[in-house]
Parts: sequence; C-alpha cells; structure tokens
Amino acid sequence: MTAILELQNLSKSFGAVVIADDTTLVVEQGEALGIIGPNGAGKTSMFNLITGTLAPNSGTIRFMGDDVTGSSAAQRCRMGMARSFQVPQPFGGLTVFENALVAATQGAGMSGQAASDHCLDILERTELLDKANTVAGSLTLLDRKRLELTRALCAKPKLLLLDEIAGGLTEAECVSLVDTIRDIHKSGITIVWIEHVVHALLAIVDRLAVVDFGKLIASGEPKAIMASREVQEIYLGIEMDEVGHG
Amino acid sequence: MDWMNAIIQGILLGGLYAMIAAGLSLIFGVMRLVNIAHGDLIILAAYLALTASMLLGLHPLLVLLLVVPMMALFGYVLQRGILNGTLTGDILPPLLVTFGLSVIIQNALLEAYSADPQKLDSGVLDTASMTMGGISIGILPLLMFAVAVAVIAGLQFIFYRTALGRAFRAVSDNQDIAQLMGLNRRHVFGLAMALSLAVVAVAGIFLGMRTSFDPSVGGGRLIFGFEAVIIGGLGNLWGTLVGGVILGVAQSIGGQINPGWQVLAGHVVFLLILAIKPRGLFPRMTD
Repeated sequence: MTAILELQNLSKSFGAVVIADDTTLVVEQGEALGIIGPNGAGKTSMFNLITGTLAPNSGTIRFMGDDVTGSSAAQRCRMGMARSFQVPQPFGGLTVFENALVAATQGAGMSGQAASDHCLDILERTELLDKANTVAGSLTLLDRKRLELTRALCAKPKLLLLDEIAGGLTEAECVSLVDTIRDIHKSGITIVWIEHVVHALLAIVDRLAVVDFGKLIASGEPKAIMASREVQEIYLGIEMDEVGHG
Repeated sequence: MDWMNAIIQGILLGGLYAMIAAGLSLIFGVMRLVNIAHGDLIILAAYLALTASMLLGLHPLLVLLLVVPMMALFGYVLQRGILNGTLTGDILPPLLVTFGLSVIIQNALLEAYSADPQKLDSGVLDTASMTMGGISIGILPLLMFAVAVAVIAGLQFIFYRTALGRAFRAVSDNQDIAQLMGLNRRHVFGLAMALSLAVVAVAGIFLGMRTSFDPSVGGGRLIFGFEAVIIGGLGNLWGTLVGGVILGVAQSIGGQINPGWQVLAGHVVFLLILAIKPRGLFPRMTD
C-alpha cells in the first residue's frame, strides 16, 4: 500500500493554545481511518491544516507524494481532497443541485452534461435527489449533513475528510448515513473520519487514532484502541456508554 | 403631453442609470466591495472611447468592441493587482483605496484631456428620432434603453444559468467554503471586476454620446448608480433596472416643473423610498 496523506511533525499553536503538537500521521491509500478525542483536542484543526484553511507553524503535509504544505485550499481541493463540516455550511442561497454543481465544476473540473450527470448520480447515492431544487438554506439537519457529503463527493475526492457527520442525528438517520459512507469507502475513496458517535465510526474504520491536546497519543486496531488505558481515561465519565457499545 | 414626454424621456434615461448601477451592484454582491471609483471609471471609459474613435475614425458604437475588452482586462488586473489586497473582511480599506483610485483617475484624465467638456460624436444618431402619438422619441435614448435591458438580462443569465455565475454566488455566499470547493476566490473576484468594468465601458460610451462629460463628473454618476441600486433593492438586477427608471423619471419630471429641480427631484424620491422601504422596493439579499 502507498500513502495518500502524510503529516510530518506538524505543529500549530495560537499563542499558548496548542492545536497540533508535532503530529506525524500516515494515511494509506484506500484506508478508512477514524479519529477520536475529547472536545477541543484539535481534531477539526487537524482537518483545517490538512485542507489548507490553516497554515502550520512547522512540519510538512504530503498528498499523494507531493508536498502541499504551501498549496492553497482551492488547489488541494482540485488535487482530490474534500471535506465535510461538523456544522454544515451549505451555500444557503443556492439550490442543492447548484451546491453540488459548484463542487463538480470547480473542484473536479467537469462541465456541461457530464457535470450534471455526475451530480445527479451523487445526489441519488446520498438520497437528496428529490430535494435537488430546494434552496439549501431551508434544509433540515440530516439533509444538510447529506449535502455536506454530496458536495464533498461531487468534487471527486481521492481523500474524503468527514467531520462529525453523524453527530446530532437520530439512530435511524445515523444507520442510513453509515450505509452511504460504507458504499463510498467501497468505491475506493480513502476516508478520514472524526466522530464522537463511536459505534458509527467502528462500523466503518480499519484503524483508529486518538488525539488529545493536539497530540496524536495512540493509533491502531479499533477494538484494541478502544480498550486501551489512554482512551478509557480520556473518555471516562464522558462517553462511557458509547465506549461500552464499541 | 409635456408630462407624458417627460415620463418617457425619464424611463429611457433610467436605462443608463441601471447600467451604471448594475456594475456597482455586481461588485458589491460578489465581494462586498463598495467601488467609489465606479463613476470615474465610467468617465475613463468615455475618454478611452473618445480617443479611439478620433484616432481610428470609427463611430462610438463600433469603438465599443475595443473599449469593452480593454476595460474588462483593466478590471481583472486592477482586482488581482490592488483591490484583492484590500479585502480583509474590514469594509474600510476597499473604500479608502477606491476613493484614492477615484482621485487618481480624475487627475490623470485632467492632465491628459484638460477640463474642457467633451462629447462622443454619434453622427446622425444624435438627432434621429421617431414620432409616436405626438411624442418624439430619440433613437439614441431608445437604443440606450434597449442595450440596458439586454445588459441586465445578460447579467441575470450569467448569474443564474452559468458556471461563472454559480462561482460568483458561491463565493458571495461563503468565501471559505468556496475555496474548499476548488474555487480560487482571487480569480473569481478578478472576473467579477472584469465583468463589472465591461458593463462600465458600455455605460460610459452611451453616457458620452448622450451628454457632454469632463473629468470631474464621475462622482455624480456614482451617486445616481447608488441610488438606483438602493431603490431597486440590493442584489436584485431587475430591481436595479426599475430603480434606474424611477430615478430617471423623477429627475425628468422634476426638470419639467423647474429646470433647476432635476437632480434634486431624483434625490428627494430616493430619500422618500429609503424612508418608507429602507431595504429598497425589491430586496433579495437577506444579510
């Protein structure tokens, strides 16, 4: 297997607040990696560093072998990186279909009929097809989360970064979303997924990494990681139920 | 009959105001930049057309083919070279920089062309007219209005039916997310300014054919542009056309009552509408 994403000694801090502390992480092609950690541990910031919305103080980021540390967010998207946001951020004034088209035309460089067909195909997979002409600002939470996923997929990513996409959903909604994500992973897209809903995460990922205070403190086989002392300590009293299910 | 005439002339004049306003509205809508130099850029376009038509001996309408791409290119370079650097999220830097630009353009024009009023010679179009129901309508104002409607329709089409328009709306909606979707916002802003100045070029040439101009009149055009945008409602292109027409008709009727009241009447109607409907007649933008 070859690495699709390599973070090397990545550090970033805002004054005394450390959000990435000498993080080194390698994601293999085709892998599904889960990331857990308490709130404020620096998980979302790690995504911001990977996608280029934050610049690191030091360290390098390699994507498919190329050093992208100095590349803009737009360039990284066109190279094949896409993410969803924890708090959905649709283009509220555009319709669902137009949201998808922006990603397909700008991110994946498609045009005309091919772009439309691609978007329709993705919308069908994410079960948003019947809402294609709805203005995105009026969608419900589940549909907004689905739109986050749709938009990321329309950019034809090789690496998909999901940020707490299952958070806030009901159990049934969560199950159907997990099914969709499993299909996406099977189609060959590498996934890095930050999630507090651990049982959803464990249904998909091959490997689990634990982040706390901007530090990567453990990484390995999901079951073993969940049973490890570090995780038990971090999650003690916070989400023991979920850990139990895992 | 005089009143009817005044109203029709006002409507046709409104087309010019709508074109001036459309470029302004476009820039504000896409990047929240208030372009104080907009009026002076219109006058710059008129002078460019004057020079080109004198050097090449062409009719001002043919010169459009030259001035529109020139202004568009200038817009792109201006945006990428200077204005992008002012877009830091604070409203003040772009205001100050475009104000400075306004001063620079005015003085450069003054240096190059002197303060003498100039006019673009549109030949027979200057006086050609047709009579309808006892009212004489100039062909040039009619053409100007038709072009304005076409420009607004064109912008509307670009905004809502093309990939470029989606890029404009996506960036306007959320710049950071647009970046993550592969949009280079600096380039998109450059294209928006290019489009805006292409419209400015058309407006400038029609302005130059309709009235005389000198380097100092840009500011007044800017005010009319602002008023048309705000009367129509921010972010609504057809509303901008209506805003331009209302302003044109108000000025024309004011001028009919007393020639000195022309500009004043426009401002009064603008203030009235602002007092009654602060968000304009047809607001679209929610924030």
